Amino acid sequence: MSHLQRLESESIHIMREVVAQFHNPVMLYSIGKDSSVMLHLAMKAFHPSKPPFPLLHVDTTWKFREMIEFRDRRAAELRIDLIVHINTEGVAQGMGPFSHGSATHTDVMKTEALKQALNTYGFDAAFGGARRDEEKSRAKERIFSFRTTTHRWDPKNQRPELWNLYNSRIDKGESIRVFPLSNWTELDIWQYIYQESIPVVPLYFAKRRPVVERDGALIMVDDDRMPLEPGETPQEKSVRFRTLGCYPLTGAVESQATTLPEVIGEMLLAKTSERQGRVIDRDAGASMEAKKQEGYF
Amino acid sequence: MPQSPTLPENVPENVPESVATDVETYLQAQQDKSFLRFITCGSVDDGKSTLIGRLLYDCKLLFEDQLASLSRDSARFGTTGADNFDFALLVDGLTAEREQGITIDVAYRFFSTGRRKFIVADTPGHEQYTRNMVTGASTAELAVLLVDARKGLLTQTFRHSYIVSLLGIRHVVLAVNKMDLVDWDRAAFEEISADYRDFASKLGIDQVTCIPVAATTGDNVSRRSDTMPWYSGSTLLEHLETVQVAQDEADGPFRLPVQWVNRPSLEFRGFSGTIARGAVRPGDAVAILPSAQTTTVSRIVTIDGDLEVASTGQAVTLVLADEIDISRGDVIASTEDRPEAADQFAAHVVWMSEQAMLPGRSYILQIGTSSVNAQVTNIKHKVNVNTLEHAAATHLELNDITFCNLSLDHPVPFDAYSDNREMGGFILVDRLSNATVGCGMIDFALRRASNIHWQSMKVDKMARAGTASQKPCVLWFTGLSGAGKSTIADMVEQRLHAMGKQTMSLDGDNVRHGLNRDLGFTDEDRVENIRRVGEVSKLMVEAGLITLVSFISPFRSERRLARGLMDDDEFIEVFVDAPLEICEDRDPKGLYKKARAGELPNFTGIDSAYEPPEAPELHLNAGAGAPEALAEQVVVLLRARGVI
Repeated sequence: MSHLQRLESESIHIMREVVAQFHNPVMLYSIGKDSSVMLHLAMKAFHPSKPPFPLLHVDTTWKFREMIEFRDRRAAELRIDLIVHINTEGVAQGMGPFSHGSATHTDVMKTEALKQALNTYGFDAAFGGARRDEEKSRAKERIFSFRTTTHRWDPKNQRPELWNLYNSRIDKGESIRVFPLSNWTELDIWQYIYQESIPVVPLYFAKRRPVVERDGALIMVDDDRMPLEPGETPQEKSVRFRTLGCYPLTGAVESQATTLPEVIGEMLLAKTSERQGRVIDRDAGASMEAKKQEGYF
Repeated sequence: MPQSPTLPENVPENVPESVATDVETYLQAQQDKSFLRFITCGSVDDGKSTLIGRLLYDCKLLFEDQLASLSRDSARFGTTGADNFDFALLVDGLTAEREQGITIDVAYRFFSTGRRKFIVADTPGHEQYTRNMVTGASTAELAVLLVDARKGLLTQTFRHSYIVSLLGIRHVVLAVNKMDLVDWDRAAFEEISADYRDFASKLGIDQVTCIPVAATTGDNVSRRSDTMPWYSGSTLLEHLETVQVAQDEADGPFRLPVQWVNRPSLEFRGFSGTIARGAVRPGDAVAILPSAQTTTVSRIVTIDGDLEVASTGQAVTLVLADEIDISRGDVIASTEDRPEAADQFAAHVVWMSEQAMLPGRSYILQIGTSSVNAQVTNIKHKVNVNTLEHAAATHLELNDITFCNLSLDHPVPFDAYSDNREMGGFILVDRLSNATVGCGMIDFALRRASNIHWQSMKVDKMARAGTASQKPCVLWFTGLSGAGKSTIADMVEQRLHAMGKQTMSLDGDNVRHGLNRDLGFTDEDRVENIRRVGEVSKLMVEAGLITLVSFISPFRSERRLARGLMDDDEFIEVFVDAPLEICEDRDPKGLYKKARAGELPNFTGIDSAYEPPEAPELHLNAGAGAPEALAEQVVVLLRARGVI
């Protein structure tokens, strides 16, 4: 088997283990390329059945508009249940990255919102598209990652994971986060998207878009909620995104790559890792590890 | 901030220049890349993390932002001087680990070349992290063992080699590191190599490759060393790229552990799973284990269309010709060469928990897609991982490696681990904490005759109870029907369970429907009922459990009889005292109404007597207090008596 076949089989095996052993699983769907691959694998794993779990999108209300359009279109095309959860308390407080800063915004609209949704629906397992190659603290996370009743991750108290045996036992209120793409790299993801012709959000391809440069990052002016600093005027630049999140927190790269091979070509020649475009990672030395302990995916 | 060592152009060397113009050709070529999982063994002192960092660096898999972060971290925590990247920092993920300068877990690293994608399991080398190494080795096909050229083979080299062989890894690369510190001396390398080959052959590791390297300078890691012209073999990376570790995917007898039954409609019934070994084609005769029924494969279904053939490692869905009852945990296998199904094994077990394993305790054993209850019945010996000597043992502690007999409550299909990892490797899960506490590798099945039976266990009730830090006892709840016995007992049991105590409850519902199905409600039958419940309670106490018995048990003499079966202090009589009027008013099961209507003869309180206890250990006024408060009184009593 080629490396992509092995990765595919492993992911499918993991998904089937979850469905066979949990009562109420859910797939976190963040609309990005990893989620697209994860969803594609789920369609394969359970064919001819539909994936026997819903998708959950935690909508911070600050996602790119093209992401939301893509999300709704894909769910309809594949006829999959999609749960969209918004932290309405956060919305009532006028929460946003501009008014409250990226850390508070992410905490309230993403981490807290995710916990609200998991509690509301009582999910006992939640698939996430995180990869071990993304970030140092992820490199040690298990494929079946235990969460306490308050959704906390304890990196020092993880269950050993051997062979392809996954321990799914939990008590009431506890849950497992499951990472079927743990062993994939960014390049594997793109190669697989190319090989399988998996649809992805058009934001991954270069197009002329209105952007402003802030703190070294190119931020797209996706709607009129973005306050411009004095002297700042959006400029049309040919840009694309390597990762997708809240538009004010996601830096674009200048690019001419309008096709998948061109995007992959640029990636192969890239000099920075993909998370570099994410404002959240740079807050503190080990901010991802801290966020994950609090329940962030 | 340290100076960067000469930064290579940050283009992976496996990416040809033409990528900019012809990505599609490149991508086509990439799709056939193979895959290798390996583990690196050694300690920080041997330069293990440095070697991995060097591989990533040389494969140009470090990006500028990661190098910048590494550069910052090197200045803050580094040990290699201001001018060098401390590659070890790159692969030590968690903050605490970085600050302590040690690797305490298993980290997985990824890199790839034009030929192969690699996953590296990076695990710590010290003896106290044996479990981490075992975990990393379980999915590895090859091991890179590091030794320091100055020190040669050390105790840990032997330990690591033993674990590698135990986990079934047949390919070992001995990387003799720090050659720069022995002046690139050929004799030093050759002496170490010869010693190691000698040792490895004793462990049955037949594929050994020795390579002299210097991880800090990169000599013979990915770049052929100019300073060691006497070495003509492959560099480490070349070897990793080309070594053949996997056997042919179609070889071996077919095995598919069923994960999930795929049943979207009445017309389709498929069995989903990952092929653990061998190949399958439509028309093949297959046996279902453990039931041993046979049928033929009619389709191999995937979303991309039916397959003509599928083999080891593929995740597929099989449709079978006959309607046979198959569920998760069954194995679909070749009819000609079937796996055994057994419930008694000899296996090597590695203990991974700080809480000791005691023979006779019940754990959940997961193998393939089966989960069963299992206990270690006999520890044959413990292996000293440093000397490989055998020693006797009565229990297992963290990192102990032992050879044991196990007994399961259901037969499971299996192959010996040495034949098939997926069919012979298992994990043990603690029933209370749900933690994965051990793992094992099946050597062979035991025939029943040679088995040591449960009854002969020399573990007594205090040993069993001691593991949950409790004193076994019987809480005997007596009182009228509707007084609240079961409600209070349930609450007490939930509280105890939450504290990690081991409990069992006996009440009319679970005893009268099974064990005492033949008994009615005459006085004679009531006596026999309580006698049996008393005997069962005694066994539960022997098992070390806090046993909660909720029976009306109206007669003093039978309660006295039950008390007499237990040791002093083990019998705690709880009188759940509620007036008849209140019980009759509650009437949760509508029994009083029936009794008053004459439909239930011999009903306690109506036409059969209830004899209140004269000196119960606890007297609950159950006509007034809330059940929570009453349950709390019971827990307080248990604490006061030292039961918990």
